[in-house]
Amino acid sequence: MSRNHSPISAAHAPSSGFSRRSLLALSGAGLLAGRTARAQGAAPPPPAAPRGQVVVGLSQEPTVFNPLMASIEVDQGVWWNLFNPLWGVDPEGNLTPQLAREVPSVENGGVSEDGLAWKIVLRDDVVWHDGTPFTAEDVKYTLELINTPGFRARTRQGHELVREITVTGPHEITWRMEKAYAPYLSLLAWTFIVPQHILAKADDPNTAPFNNAPVGTGPFRWGERVPGDHLTLVANEKYFGTGPYLERVVFKYIPDLTALYTQFRTGQIDHTSIQGILANYYAEAKKIRGVRISVNASPQVEAIAPNLAHPALGDKAVRQALYAAINKQAIIDIIYYGLPKPTESFFPKESWAYNPDLPKQSYDPAQANKILDEAGWKRGGRGIREKNGVPLEFAVSTTAGNPLREQVQQVLMQDWQGIGAAMKINNMPAAVIWGEFYTQSKFQSVLVSSTYMTGNDPDCSIRFASWATPAKGGSGSNYYQYANSELDRLLATGVTSFNREARKDAYREVQQIIRDDLVLLPIYQPAPVEGIKEGLIGYQPNVNVSSNCWNIGSWYWAS
Amino acid sequence: MGAYLLRRLLQALGLLLLVSVIGFTILHLAPGGPLSQFAAGGTMTQADLDRIAHQLGLDRPLPVQYLDWLWRMLLGDWGRSYRDQQPVLAVIGSHLGATLELMLTSTLIAMLLGSWIGVLGAIRRYSLFDTLATVGAMVALSIPTFWFGLVVIYIFSVELEWLPSGNRYTVGDGSLLNQLHHLIAPSLVLALVSTALWSRYMRASMLDVINQDFIRTARSKGLPERRILFHHTIRNALLPMITVAGLQLPTLLSGALVTETVFTWPGMGRLFLDSIGYRDYPVVMGLLMFTAVLVLLGSLLADLLYGVADPRLRLE
Repeated sequence: MSRNHSPISAAHAPSSGFSRRSLLALSGAGLLAGRTARAQGAAPPPPAAPRGQVVVGLSQEPTVFNPLMASIEVDQGVWWNLFNPLWGVDPEGNLTPQLAREVPSVENGGVSEDGLAWKIVLRDDVVWHDGTPFTAEDVKYTLELINTPGFRARTRQGHELVREITVTGPHEITWRMEKAYAPYLSLLAWTFIVPQHILAKADDPNTAPFNNAPVGTGPFRWGERVPGDHLTLVANEKYFGTGPYLERVVFKYIPDLTALYTQFRTGQIDHTSIQGILANYYAEAKKIRGVRISVNASPQVEAIAPNLAHPALGDKAVRQALYAAINKQAIIDIIYYGLPKPTESFFPKESWAYNPDLPKQSYDPAQANKILDEAGWKRGGRGIREKNGVPLEFAVSTTAGNPLREQVQQVLMQDWQGIGAAMKINNMPAAVIWGEFYTQSKFQSVLVSSTYMTGNDPDCSIRFASWATPAKGGSGSNYYQYANSELDRLLATGVTSFNREARKDAYREVQQIIRDDLVLLPIYQPAPVEGIKEGLIGYQPNVNVSSNCWNIGSWYWAS
Repeated sequence: MGAYLLRRLLQALGLLLLVSVIGFTILHLAPGGPLSQFAAGGTMTQADLDRIAHQLGLDRPLPVQYLDWLWRMLLGDWGRSYRDQQPVLAVIGSHLGATLELMLTSTLIAMLLGSWIGVLGAIRRYSLFDTLATVGAMVALSIPTFWFGLVVIYIFSVELEWLPSGNRYTVGDGSLLNQLHHLIAPSLVLALVSTALWSRYMRASMLDVINQDFIRTARSKGLPERRILFHHTIRNALLPMITVAGLQLPTLLSGALVTETVFTWPGMGRLFLDSIGYRDYPVVMGLLMFTAVLVLLGSLLADLLYGVADPRLRLE
């Protein structure tokens, strides 16, 4: 689930397997959105019956087809076409009903005032791909399976609070929450419902035949899979929603980003999804005839995450000085061809919780030197500063084999040398760096692109709350070991309230505190570039989901 | 012969056990693990990661994990892939066809072309052809395959648009013609290096034989050159090539890492690379054992064939 583009991104290096994963998601609010909307204004109507096929090129192979199991973004891109959640998220961030009749809220009575009692009314016109009607039993089974001890569920976040699931009618279900938890609405927006009548019969849901021949409710049915090569889905003519307008969707796995780009150029694939086109190919890609190049928004933020237990990086003055000495604009313009947007927050600008009023960083080495002088960091031999015997020395680690990231590291090294800070580069393959080195806080600092939200909900407790550091026995992913009781309080408020205005205030303050303390040194919000053939209508980048393949059901070819 | 076979097979079993211990240890001692890919994005909690590690048995001591793996292996259970939950043998099986197709084609090209160049070079030693072949072989051996593959793609796919830039076939068009069209570029790129190798082996082997006494005898008997070449020289020069061919067997089935990646060929080489990248332990171990068996089989086969081809080496 990670939309982690970067930690892993871009490597051409075949040695880093999943390292090419990447960015994804993008947004309707991106550069392109305006253009897309205009293009669609003039678009011809969709065909009466499904017609034609689309080949989607992916740099990672989708392999997980049970939508409740641990997965990466490319898997989720496939799920959106095979399955449905109770409700989804549109590019503007609104929850839109899918299997449910409406999205429950305190206003419509779906969620009780205290946030504990939930009641969902389901559509009664949905059938599974095998013709069996969809009922509330399927929803109950799905939520129970996630909490079944032996089942390798992707995450139990939120689901573990659900109690007393009761089917109150064929298409009605209620449950009680152990405590109020607002992000559950967002979590359910990417919890895909699985068929009870098939999975309940399997000996072991972890290895059920279903996992490689899934049956869903979505706009496309399972076709065939050739492992290591491609996956074909075919139109579900009984789909309850809009579409499908295509006969077939092919997800083609092309592990090498250069090969992926070449095959897009030569017309063998119709859409490069998720990090399809590297920034350094952008200028050339724009000149290819017959294609549209879309610069999207990413839900991730690229930042330097210091380990706050490091003797030098633990000092706030050091972080302030380092931040002031980063030449962000140079990194963005020279290394990333001006595509990403500088940011001060860890939320994407598209989020309703984004705080636009954070102080702007400006590149000011003199100010950086002044901060360090005042904080007592004195230049020693070799020009490296030190304080109480602690040298201002640390390593920045990132996924090996990503040439653009490596250039960023070199720029940082130079900038920081000028203020008497010695930075080393310590890169590792993806499977190594994001293992214990990261999760047990053994790093000094990492250059990482990550999403800090829960689904598209701004809850970021597991990233910043003091109880969430695994190296201290916590269960979250606060690998920087940050602890701040005021922040803990705000996060707890944000999670329990269903009132968006109240939550907005809380999360703005959260962003303010993280920015003031520089728990992360944010650099930019990535701008993944995707390509799509002209004449393919319906492509709509969505920053709120993990793959822009989320709506292929609505795609069609202008004839 | 029977006793010899039995001895060889027992040795092979011992070797396989050794390979498995070493492979398992190195693989698991390398830092990182199959769950690293989920940690970076931050949408799974540490509790989720720990739970799945426990469910997969990754939190047990290494020797326990190894013995568990070995025991299942002895019972014929190769385990299941962490990536798609499929049985390891099915995963290997689904990539075997693509690799076999590519490797057989390129090996065939390389053997025929390489032998011909080698023979011709040896009988016309130091001729213009021989000099060109020698220089050509050196160049071919020095060109990195990935670079050559990209150049071929650039010239023939991007610029000339004669050949597809990768894949085994066009999805939706599985016709033989379509498959052959896709096979041309990767098999020729792969064949380039092995042709060079084969031609060098063949040339050296021919030169060895040409200077032997029995060839001089054949000539002094007044045999025609053609007969000497085909019946005496080549037949004997081919003997050492059996070993080369036998050792080629594992390569045939384990695939070509680089070429398969450049040409998006869904074969064993790519599977190995992907599985290592994701730390898909069961599949990597499966591939390791599979390849080890092939190496042992290949060398055994070569030894047996040697006996068939050369009565002096018949094994007791």
